[in-house]
Amino acid sequence: MNTNKVIQVEGLTKMFGDFAAVNAITFDVEKGEIFGFLGANGAGKTTAMKMLIGISNPTSGKANVAGFDVFKNAEAIKKSIGYMSQKFALYDDLTVKENISFFGGIYGLSRKRIKKKSEILIEELGLEDVANKLVGSLPLGWKQKLSFSVSLLHDPKIVFLDEPTGGVDPITRRQFWEMIYKAAHQGTTVFVTTHYMDEAEYCDRVSIMVNGKIEALDTPKKLKEQFKVDHMNDVFLKLARG
Amino acid sequence: MKTILYIIQKEFKQIFRNKGMLPIIFVMPILQLVILSNAATFEVKNIKFGYIDNDNTSTSRALIEKFTASTYFNVLSDFNSEVEASSAMLKGDIDVVLDIPQNFNHNLQKEKYNNLGITINAIDGAAAGVENVYVTQIIKRFNKDLKVDLLQVSDQQIQTVTIESIPLFWFNKTLNYKTYMVPGILVLLVTMITLFLSGMNIVREKEIGTLEQINVTPIKKSQFIIGKLFPFWIIGLGLLTIGLTLARLIFNVPMLGSLGLMYLYTSIYILVILGIGLFISNFTDTQQQAMFISWFFVVIFILMSGLFTPIESMPYWAQKVTEFNPVKHFVEVMRMIMLKGSNLNDIGPQLLKTALYAFIMNGLAVWSYKKTN
Repeated sequence: MNTNKVIQVEGLTKMFGDFAAVNAITFDVEKGEIFGFLGANGAGKTTAMKMLIGISNPTSGKANVAGFDVFKNAEAIKKSIGYMSQKFALYDDLTVKENISFFGGIYGLSRKRIKKKSEILIEELGLEDVANKLVGSLPLGWKQKLSFSVSLLHDPKIVFLDEPTGGVDPITRRQFWEMIYKAAHQGTTVFVTTHYMDEAEYCDRVSIMVNGKIEALDTPKKLKEQFKVDHMNDVFLKLARG
Repeated sequence: MKTILYIIQKEFKQIFRNKGMLPIIFVMPILQLVILSNAATFEVKNIKFGYIDNDNTSTSRALIEKFTASTYFNVLSDFNSEVEASSAMLKGDIDVVLDIPQNFNHNLQKEKYNNLGITINAIDGAAAGVENVYVTQIIKRFNKDLKVDLLQVSDQQIQTVTIESIPLFWFNKTLNYKTYMVPGILVLLVTMITLFLSGMNIVREKEIGTLEQINVTPIKKSQFIIGKLFPFWIIGLGLLTIGLTLARLIFNVPMLGSLGLMYLYTSIYILVILGIGLFISNFTDTQQQAMFISWFFVVIFILMSGLFTPIESMPYWAQKVTEFNPVKHFVEVMRMIMLKGSNLNDIGPQLLKTALYAFIMNGLAVWSYKKTN
């Protein structure tokens, strides 16, 4: 196995009855890369991602994430990855600090480390004033940033982000991408799905899924050249409309 | 172990922070215990009694006098005809009608034999049964007194031979129904609260999406489940404590057996219920579904527990089914320890069955909880 490839997928398939939600997808993701995983609603992005993070059993194919096989070693993968779902999934009825300490604890971080991490994190996010407030009372943008930081708490090799900026204002979106860049710069591989084509431009490489299959995979620049258009938006429209 | 502590800490915080939930967990059961124990009685009192006296002699009046004197009967009406009596019965104004025929006294004196008509409203079958017993007893006593009178006059040589039984009620000398009901109702409350809490809990995390977040962490299934259930186990034991205290203070229910044994049994029992709750949680997607399924089981558990109807009088197959009802065993054990002072040996069979049940249910719950679908 190439040590620079943190995700290796070959012919990965998920069937729901006769329907192939994910149809034999093949791709690799390099270490430290920001990999954009695009596709229309229902194209199979979330299903594919759930197989990679070990909460959905693949029907067939091969996949290796962070050095572990998703068929045999799904639980081992979970130590090395972070995940932020489409739906906000921190506890609304716990405070910012309590959420950080809970997830830190679940990942087996020491108390000392949790304390230090949460101090840094709260400072970076500028959440000092609301650190002891219930998360449910925070605006969505803050919640999303907190959620992302919590998914990085245990220094995972790869972080999976499922539409992290859905419903977030443009300023927060920009800040969010700054956080993503920072994480990638520190060596974390970022696997991100999005519907915003301007965000797709920020990715190192982009794959576009249509009806369960990956129809295009390259850098945004090359994709635009290939489809002879100026924006990723047009690449997406050409592919998604078929 | 440390991971489990983090989950327990989180659960307790969430429970005690939920201002809508706390009263449901602690205040409602106390209210229910106090209200139900006073209200759920099997005694039949204030029976609405009417009579038709076609005889109108001193003997017939003496019989009616017996009913008037009884504290169980409210003598409401003196009907002139059967038609009048039936219409009162139809309207629900009257529960029991005594019909004394003409020549009642005359026939008794001459032929030493006569019939009485008794009509009982049996809309409520259980109450009608009890009323019948009361009526029969009163008439029997009247009959005995009468016999003595008649014998004295006519035939002093013949001795009356009667067999009388004087019941001795063990373990509840005065047949105080509260002594009998309070432990049972306490069982129901502990069961219901712990079942609903555990049944709703994980499915709630499914609904709000946090369960998925937990499933992508390396946490072990058993750690998660132990951490989740432990707080409810503590709450269940807390409820038992409050209930036993109330039983002692308000209802004066004796506690003849060992308190330690009671806690030992209950702590295993709650595991069974939590296992069932978790199992339900794993197979449902919404709290609503979980609630309906939990109710389905609670109703069966309660009605087949022997609390309201004796298990001995159930059909054979139903008696077998009750063996799988954890509530049945708990009601038995609770009554045995509190009222009889039973020891570990006495409740051994129930304890073993419950422990086995707990083992199986929690095994199933852990097995059916899947981090990967």
